[in-house]
Amino acid sequence: MQDAVRIEGVSKTFVTRSGQVHALADVSLTVGEGEFVSLIGPSGCGKSTLMRLVADLEQPTAGTVEVFGKTARKARVDQDYGIAFQQAGLLPWRTVAANIALPLEIHGVGRRERRSRVAELAEMVGLSDFADHHPDQLSGGMQQRVAIARALAERPRLLLMDEPFGALDEMTRERMQSELARITAETGAAVVFVTHSIPEAVFLSDRVVVMSPRPGRITSVITTGIGRDTARDEALRESPAFFEKVTEVRAALHGAPVRSPALEGR
Amino acid sequence: MSPTTERAARVAAPVLVGVLGLAVWQLLVSVLGVSEYLLPSPSEIWAELGENSQAIREAAWITGGNALAGLVFGAVLGVVLAALAGWARWFDGMLAPVVASVAVVPIVALAPVLNSMYGADSEYGRRAIAALAAFVPVFVNTLRGLRQTTPLHRDLMSTYAASGWQTFRALTLPSAAPYVLTGIRVATSLAVISALVAEYFGGPRGGLGSFISTSAATSAYARAWAYVAAAILLGLGAYLVTVLLERLVQHRLPTGNPR
Repeated sequence: MQDAVRIEGVSKTFVTRSGQVHALADVSLTVGEGEFVSLIGPSGCGKSTLMRLVADLEQPTAGTVEVFGKTARKARVDQDYGIAFQQAGLLPWRTVAANIALPLEIHGVGRRERRSRVAELAEMVGLSDFADHHPDQLSGGMQQRVAIARALAERPRLLLMDEPFGALDEMTRERMQSELARITAETGAAVVFVTHSIPEAVFLSDRVVVMSPRPGRITSVITTGIGRDTARDEALRESPAFFEKVTEVRAALHGAPVRSPALEGR
Repeated sequence: MSPTTERAARVAAPVLVGVLGLAVWQLLVSVLGVSEYLLPSPSEIWAELGENSQAIREAAWITGGNALAGLVFGAVLGVVLAALAGWARWFDGMLAPVVASVAVVPIVALAPVLNSMYGADSEYGRRAIAALAAFVPVFVNTLRGLRQTTPLHRDLMSTYAASGWQTFRALTLPSAAPYVLTGIRVATSLAVISALVAEYFGGPRGGLGSFISTSAATSAYARAWAYVAAAILLGLGAYLVTVLLERLVQHRLPTGNPR
């Protein structure tokens, strides 16, 4: 089986007016076929940058990024991944259906095939009744579902997601997480998922990659042990195994068991 | 107030103001005896409008035609050049000073030159002036519109490995569309005014502007005012058409928050 993503010794330095910023320093990570990997860490730890390197939206200063054994650039041109950002990024003048169809349109998929694929995707994200609506008529959660459907349009074997639920309220967020788990199980795609919610990362992932800032690097990798065949539902959220992993990720994020702020104040 | 009476009031208020204004005007002339040379009464102007309706219609047709021809040419030129300027920074840099100078060219200065350049029996000079006047707002607004794409959308097109042309068609041009329409709306009034004013400075007889000046020169003040009234109607009509066009297209392109 071929790895979905292979990142080796990657560094990324941004040159800004106020000097150099070391966004990533010597990061190595492999994401297997069909594996769900979350990147978590405080702001400025380079988790989004790492995802953007895989998407070929940025180029590494040093090291190599391979996607399905190809260069990131080749993978982008071949449409090997689908992507969703924190903001849905829908085109406001297009309907839901036309937004989902956008990548298919650009890659010259025929009208009839496009229509059936869009219907299938709208069904998958539960928006069949809203196909003719415009984005400004939808709630934030619905917009994000359209963005996910759009990311899946080309049946990618890799899904890159940069805090896709970051702007949603807690209830919508949990529902979207369950739906994403179902969708990725249906499609069998590997996922690189950037988040700063610990429960979200544990709930969805096979592995949680914990990062720390200045310079951005991976400090630990935690295997959740929650298999792909385990249902992502309310029962899982309340299981002891889930809480255990949440605590473990939290400890890894803070570098040590959390001290109470009241004690720190003295 | 209920919505219906509110709407009725919104229509009635300006009509009332207009009627009151005309009544006061008529009163000034017929009761207080303001000289006809200074200010002809509305009833006289109305009579002239009726008597010369054929000539006025023909004149409006000529001026309107010149304005439309200039508007279309100027708008197309504005959109095409703005697209090029948006595409290549160096082209924008090259064009910016030219556009800035075109924007400040006084019609009064240019009209006699162009009218004699194209010859006394040609409408091209007037159309060229209308085109120049229409070009500037369309170019400026379109260029601004072409720069409205967000980094997020550009990233998205980049992940689709979309070509420059595909990105332009799917993203850049639709983002710019409302701005292009605003430019055209502003350009329409300018094109009508410019086509009209250009008629004061030579070129063939005919057109509202040239009749206003000849009527005034032969002391037919009421007739001159009748042509002025027709010019106002023409300008308003053109403006209304573009407002409707803008509404129609914006209805198809809802500009909600680009979330």
